[in-house]
Amino acid sequence: MRRIFLRNLVNGPLTEAAPAPDEGALVELAERLQQAARARLGRSLSIREVDAGSCNGCELEIHALNNVLYDLERFGLRFVASPRHADVLFVTGPVTQNMREALERTYRATPDPKWVVAVGDCARDGGVFSDSPAIVGGVSNVLPVDLHISGCPPNPTALLKGLLALVETVK
Amino acid sequence: MKRTSTEVDTSAWRAAGERLRAGDASLLSLWGEPGTAHMALLDPSGAVSLLHLRCADDRLPSIARLHAPATRLERAMRDLAGLDAEDAPDRRPWLRHEAPYAFLPAAGESLHQIAVGPVHAGIIEPGHFRFTANGETVVRLEERLGYAHKGIDGLMAGAPIARGATLAGRVSGDSTVAFALAFSRALEDALGAPVPPRAVWLRALAAELERLANHLGDIGAICNDASFVLMHASCAALREQVLRAAHACFGHRLMMDCVIPGGVARDLTADGAQRIGSLIAFLRREFPPLVELYENTASLKDRTVSTGILSPALAKQFGAGGYVGRASGRHFDARRSPGYAPYDVLQFDVPVVQSGDVNARVWIRVQEVEQSLRLVEQIISALPAGPLAAPLPSKAGEGIALVEGFRGDIFAWVRMGADGRIERSHLRDPSWFQWPLLEAAIEGNIVADFPICNKSFNCSYSGHDV
Repeated sequence: MRRIFLRNLVNGPLTEAAPAPDEGALVELAERLQQAARARLGRSLSIREVDAGSCNGCELEIHALNNVLYDLERFGLRFVASPRHADVLFVTGPVTQNMREALERTYRATPDPKWVVAVGDCARDGGVFSDSPAIVGGVSNVLPVDLHISGCPPNPTALLKGLLALVETVK
Repeated sequence: MKRTSTEVDTSAWRAAGERLRAGDASLLSLWGEPGTAHMALLDPSGAVSLLHLRCADDRLPSIARLHAPATRLERAMRDLAGLDAEDAPDRRPWLRHEAPYAFLPAAGESLHQIAVGPVHAGIIEPGHFRFTANGETVVRLEERLGYAHKGIDGLMAGAPIARGATLAGRVSGDSTVAFALAFSRALEDALGAPVPPRAVWLRALAAELERLANHLGDIGAICNDASFVLMHASCAALREQVLRAAHACFGHRLMMDCVIPGGVARDLTADGAQRIGSLIAFLRREFPPLVELYENTASLKDRTVSTGILSPALAKQFGAGGYVGRASGRHFDARRSPGYAPYDVLQFDVPVVQSGDVNARVWIRVQEVEQSLRLVEQIISALPAGPLAAPLPSKAGEGIALVEGFRGDIFAWVRMGADGRIERSHLRDPSWFQWPLLEAAIEGNIVADFPICNKSFNCSYSGHDV
């Protein structure tokens, strides 16, 4: 273990390079996100993820946001364990009939002010499952949605873009 | 794959149940459509028997009464197809959540219940766990699933082939390649359609990249549930490199919609082979020190060794697939038997251990990482040239496939109509036979060890709930 710690210390962090205007979209976005988040929310935005019946593809990419290469927490954005600690609900999936009540209760448990982000094509309108009677079809059929992030699933860069759009519209 | 497909009467249906009870065959799946029940059995020889039972008055004799692994499948069949196994030991609804749910009782002194979910603390899928505990010790865990039920079987009925493939790729996102492959191979089996050699090999490349990404991510995540964050952070970085290589090669990080009936949708990009070569070198350099770290950290091993033991007898009875079965002595890998191309000409080992604890499941996955690296190397060096897909004939027929996803064997059944549309399809995730075993493995462990046990099984909620 000591060897690995030492090597990591010597080699420096894996987290991708500090933002510079001419580096790719991810880095550029990350810089804008940092400034906007700080200005509006004083460095901190807590996100509660709710899977309302997704195929788990969106969850995999949301997980990736937390890995050392994207390192979401450096921007003051973090996922929290309870809706009671959250500012934002990040909802994935086509909202199955079986998850409807749990989603509504999670929303009610989240203190105001709060925002809802519908993540992925399913969360927009049911996506490929939209004809099924087993789903409600789109988060906006259940909760007021402030932002949709498209993709099947949205990759980490698209998720960062979405978070940026959110913090820029939060009043 | 050798298979028979037979219309049976209720006595033959029961006789199949007796064979399952005696351990002479494993249950691959049991499902229904209005008026007809279907069952698939795997013989020890690797041959598959498909049984179809027309149900008078929508009733049939229960298999679960003879063979417990059929219990949830029969409950789901009742919810989805209205077929009632009337002498079944458990007739509560499963995928359809309407009435209040009656959890099984646990009687004794000083017992208390803990209800968890369907919304969990982490970024994970929805499901409900009802623990009955005595102090810290779990006396009974009962799972309640179905929260991610999207009605995929229903959407498949009457769908065009392309839509069927899109849906199959979204049964369980972490296994999108494996599900698309299982569905495509079942459909090709139904139509008698050949697949070009290059497509067969590219499918295997995508499947092994998917296995690598999941194993690497999950090995770290299991350690994270023992609060050993260094492994989690390091393994997640390796997983990310696999996803980026997948994106560079196939244009999608999870490789969704790459496998299509008839072949593959996308060719390996021009620099794809080189990119894969450097990925293998990178993983061969970076992964072994992490394995050593896992092995040499006593406080971590203390959490994984002898925790959540699954007995070989239960693994065999339930036909547990993947690392869950192979960590508990079950020698089964669908790539080997019944087997499918191109694995018949590739060299790889199927690691098996007997101890059945969290550590064994981690260890199987560690060794499978190395096997997948070997396979990817062989695939890249022998990738045949040629077309990516062949046109599909239009005809009626029934087909099946058994594909080894990272989590275990995925069974697919498709019945095509003469109009070129899917009449019915059924996709069975390995989790159907793993979720019930988690209930058994956690018994007698402390509540605080549930997350690490659960992650070491890593069953799919969406794949199970369909």
